[in-house]
Amino acid sequence: MNAYLTSLIGITRRESLRFLSQKGRFFSALVRPLLWLVIFAAGFRAALGLSIEPPYQTYITYEIYIVPGLCGMIQLFNGMQSSFSLVYDREMGSMRLLLTSPLPRWWLLFSKLLAGTVISIIQVYVFLAIAALFDIRFSLAGYVAAFPALLLSGLMLGAFGLLISSRIKQLENFAGVMNFVIFPMFFLSTALYPLWKMAEASPLLRDLCAYSPLTHAVELIRFALYTQFNPDAFVWLVALTALFMAGAVAGYDPERSAILRRAG
Amino acid sequence: MTRHIVVGLGLLLAASVTSAGSAWAGGGEVWVSNEKDDTVSVIDVDTLEVTRTIEVGERPRGITFSNDHSILYLCASDSDAVQVIDPDSGKILHNLPSGEDPEQFILHPDNRHLYIANEDDAITTVVDVETRKVISQIDVGVEPEGMAVSPDGKIVITTSETTNMAHWIDTVSQKIFANTLVDQRPRHAEFTGDGKELWVSTEIGGTISVFDVASRAEKAKIRFEITGIHPDRIQPVGFKMTDDERYVFVALGPANQVAVVDRETYQPIDYIQVGRRAWHMAFTGDQKLLFVTNGVSGDVTVIDVESQKPVKTIKVGRFPWGATWRPGK
Repeated sequence: MNAYLTSLIGITRRESLRFLSQKGRFFSALVRPLLWLVIFAAGFRAALGLSIEPPYQTYITYEIYIVPGLCGMIQLFNGMQSSFSLVYDREMGSMRLLLTSPLPRWWLLFSKLLAGTVISIIQVYVFLAIAALFDIRFSLAGYVAAFPALLLSGLMLGAFGLLISSRIKQLENFAGVMNFVIFPMFFLSTALYPLWKMAEASPLLRDLCAYSPLTHAVELIRFALYTQFNPDAFVWLVALTALFMAGAVAGYDPERSAILRRAG
Repeated sequence: MTRHIVVGLGLLLAASVTSAGSAWAGGGEVWVSNEKDDTVSVIDVDTLEVTRTIEVGERPRGITFSNDHSILYLCASDSDAVQVIDPDSGKILHNLPSGEDPEQFILHPDNRHLYIANEDDAITTVVDVETRKVISQIDVGVEPEGMAVSPDGKIVITTSETTNMAHWIDTVSQKIFANTLVDQRPRHAEFTGDGKELWVSTEIGGTISVFDVASRAEKAKIRFEITGIHPDRIQPVGFKMTDDERYVFVALGPANQVAVVDRETYQPIDYIQVGRRAWHMAFTGDQKLLFVTNGVSGDVTVIDVESQKPVKTIKVGRFPWGATWRPGK
């Protein structure tokens, strides 16, 4: 078998086994968005019934609005968790084993990224199935159309996680990342509130939301769930994925690391 | 393990896939009176788009077709007239005398007599649409509005907003033979298809009273409760019943919701998000779609009756009030 494929399968298998053996991680990944959906959204049920923006064709309740955002949230946290495991691997030494592979570093990182994305997509579909039990449903075509959108958004958010993890030396620093990167990114996006609602609060907040990477991911997923294509979000996602991936590859470059070590 | 997850996921998704958005074959048009625009918007049921906007008299509100759908009757409240419109050409054929400020009316099953609520005069006016003459004026309570006729045509109901009553009118003698108290500000009344029950919505009371027609005794009172919406904003106004006797859809005014009431248990079973100030509604002939007017947001929300989900909201004129359906050609 092709060495590239072997390494991809191997890394995916390892990620899957790690995910399946960490039952707590699976349930916490589901409980987090479900808490938002069932408790937070219930309190705001009537909050958003008064403006129609694409892809919606009619007034919607808040819980319907936030479902694509919560899909993005699952992928954001999964992307971070996946890259968090890289930091862990680096500390524990198991990364060295992976890096003994003769394959290029970018391919190993991409395999890791793809494996994490696949896992995030499984989580999202389980979440969507549970949301359906709460009567938040999409057409079959919507569920199918969401797959490529989730793939791209998962890659982008995973690449973002890789980029961040490449800059982190120790596990302890990850708490800071959660506070200063993940949460601002989540709240400054259209995951929880539409742009027009943000604009009512502050034009600056609206602009920050409009350019947030998570916004583009959420909007691509949102449109796809209604079998519509959002070209702006797509272009942004492709560009951001390439940018973050390039940054991550540079960050994990062995020569650069060696130089840094020597300098340190 | 992975295979089990995938199979389980597939089954769960397959079981939950919605049927909303399925094709409806009702066709025809829904006509909507726009209270502040002095217009009527015509919505094509197949495309769910406004195809015509027709200028009419001042403050159009009550709107209904003749039994064969060849004539449209429209209460032009501030023009103090009921206008008779040719729906094909959109031309106003003539005005009927209606008494002052006609708000709502009901066409008798004989297709000849219109019973009109004159809000400012506390009168129900009976007009013969063929001779174009007023044949009777019946004193009722203050600010009459809701109008209903029993399926056998023997009883007409007028509800009066300020007196808080349903007035029972004998269509032979053209006299009130009974009055029943309801909650504050009754807005709309309907008989069930079998004529055994009368339902009256009360806007301020926030209820629907259900009366047994034979005894005129109240047999049920329906109340509504929506999480996150203050009870004062839940104001039942227009409502419609499905012919299969299963559901009643109730517009809840500034709650911006339509309630679905189970006819058997008299309990609301679901709420559907619509636009601002849901007011009146009309089914298509096959009752697959329900068109709800949203006064403040100036649009009409289309509800898929089977799935009880909103499918589209269509912009119309300012303050859409009433709606009525006619079949396509």
